[in-house]
Amino acid sequence: MERWTRIGVLALQGAFREHARVLERLDVAVSEVRLPGDLDGLDALVIPGGESTTIMRLAELYGLDEAIRAFAGPILGTCAGMIVLDREHLDLADLVVERNAYGRQVASFEADVELVDDPRPLRGVFIRAPRIRELGPQVEVLGRLDGDPVLVRDGPLLLASFHPELTDDTRVHERFLSLVRERVVARTPEEVRSR
Amino acid sequence: MVERGTLRVKAGLAEMLKGGVIMDVVNAEQARIAEEAGACAVMALERVPADIRRDGGVARMSDPEKIREIQEAVTIPVMAKCRIGHFAEAQILQALEVDYIDESEVLTPADLEHHVDKWAFDVPFVCGATNLGEALRRISEGAAMIRTKGEAGTGDIVNAVTHMRAVFGAIRRLQAMREDELYAAAKELQAPIELVRWVAEHGRLPVVTFTAGGIATPADASLCMQLGADGVFVGSGIFKSGDPERRARAIVQATTHYLDAKILADVSSGLGEPMVGISASTLPESERLEARGW
Repeated sequence: MERWTRIGVLALQGAFREHARVLERLDVAVSEVRLPGDLDGLDALVIPGGESTTIMRLAELYGLDEAIRAFAGPILGTCAGMIVLDREHLDLADLVVERNAYGRQVASFEADVELVDDPRPLRGVFIRAPRIRELGPQVEVLGRLDGDPVLVRDGPLLLASFHPELTDDTRVHERFLSLVRERVVARTPEEVRSR
Repeated sequence: MVERGTLRVKAGLAEMLKGGVIMDVVNAEQARIAEEAGACAVMALERVPADIRRDGGVARMSDPEKIREIQEAVTIPVMAKCRIGHFAEAQILQALEVDYIDESEVLTPADLEHHVDKWAFDVPFVCGATNLGEALRRISEGAAMIRTKGEAGTGDIVNAVTHMRAVFGAIRRLQAMREDELYAAAKELQAPIELVRWVAEHGRLPVVTFTAGGIATPADASLCMQLGADGVFVGSGIFKSGDPERRARAIVQATTHYLDAKILADVSSGLGEPMVGISASTLPESERLEARGW
C-alpha cells in the first residue's frame, strides 16, 4: 500500500501500540489520535482493545465521540473498539454487543476462528471478550467461533470481538487495508485535490 | 483447540490496560467513583497503603467479602493483592476470579526466599520491581505484568522515578551491548540469559510495565509516562486527597494526554488538597516497602 495512506489509531487507552506495530509492518503510515484535530487527513481509523468505559469517557471529554461519528473513512474496531461502535455507544455499527460476555479474566482464552472465505483458521485471542447479541440485516459475518459471529463487516466498518493485534497473523489488518484501498481508489479528483 | 491461561491471554489483559490508571479502592462506593472517573481497573484492598503504613501490624490479603462487593459494583477488571510468596492467598484470589493478582510488597511478606510460582495459575500476576534484574526474575516466575515499586503510601514520587530510571536505563544499556557481553550481563542481573537476550533485542520488557508508589498529582502521572511507563497505579493518592472524584478524573486525563502540557495545566488547576505525604527519604529502613522482595 502506498505510504501516503495514513491510518490513525485511537490512542486514548488500550492496545494502540500493537495495532500501530502491525500496520507499520504492512507498510502503512500510522499516527496516534487523542484529540479531534488528530483525525484530519486520515484515510482510516483503528479503535483498539482497552476498557470501553475508559475510552468512551476520554473521548467524550474532548468531543472525540462526535468527531468519530462524523469521520468518513473506514474504521477497524477490536474488542472494546467493537463495543464503542455499537448501537448503544457511538451507534455507527448496526449491532448490539454484550460486554464481558464470556466472564472474568480466568475465562479468557485463545481459539481458532473459522473464516467464511478462507479455509485456514485464524487464531483469536479473546480477553474478557464481548459477544455480539444482535446483528443488523446488512451486516456481513466474516468469521465465527462455535457458530457465534466474531468478525463482521458493516459497510466501511470491520469489527472483531478478539485481538488480531496480539498475534503475528496479519489477515484481519490486511482485510481492513483492502477496505481502505477501495475507498482511496474511489476518491474523486476533487477529493484528492482538496487533501 | 481452546486454551486458557496462556501467557498470551494473561499478558494480553495487561496490554488492554495500557495508557490507563489502576486505582486502589477499599469499598464499592470508591470503586464506582474510580470507574466513573475512567480508571481502567481497580485494586480491591482493605486499607490503602498510607493507612497500612499508619496502622502498622501485619497486612494480609483482603477479606473475600470485600473483594466480592467490589466485583459486583463495577464492570472494569478487579485486581487484588496477596502477600509475597503466599500461594494459598493467591489460590483463594483465583477462586474468587479476580482479574489480576498483585503479589505485593505493600502487604507483609509471607516468604523471605521464594515468590509465588505464577506459572501454576490461570489468573495473571503483576509483581513489583526496583530494577531490571528483579523484573526479569519475576517474569521468569510467570509474572505477566510488572510495576515499578516506588514507595507506596508516601505520595512521594522520588522512588518511582529511581526505579523506572533503573529499569529503563538498564534496558538501554543492554541494547548497546555485543551479543557475547550479554552472558556477563545476565550473570550480573541474576536473570535468565534468554530473557536478557530478548530485552536487548526488543528494547523493552516482554510484558507491560506500569509504575506505582507515590503518584499523587496529574504531573506525577505525566512524568511517569514520559519516563517510559505503560500506565500508572495510584494507591493512596486519590482517596487520601481532598476531592477524590476530581483528582481521579484529572490523573486519568493526564495519563492519556501526558505529552500535552496545556491539557495538563488545565486538569491540574484547582484540584484541592493532595494527600499530605511523607518524604520517602525520612523513612527508617524497617518501614521501606521497596526493600521487600528480591
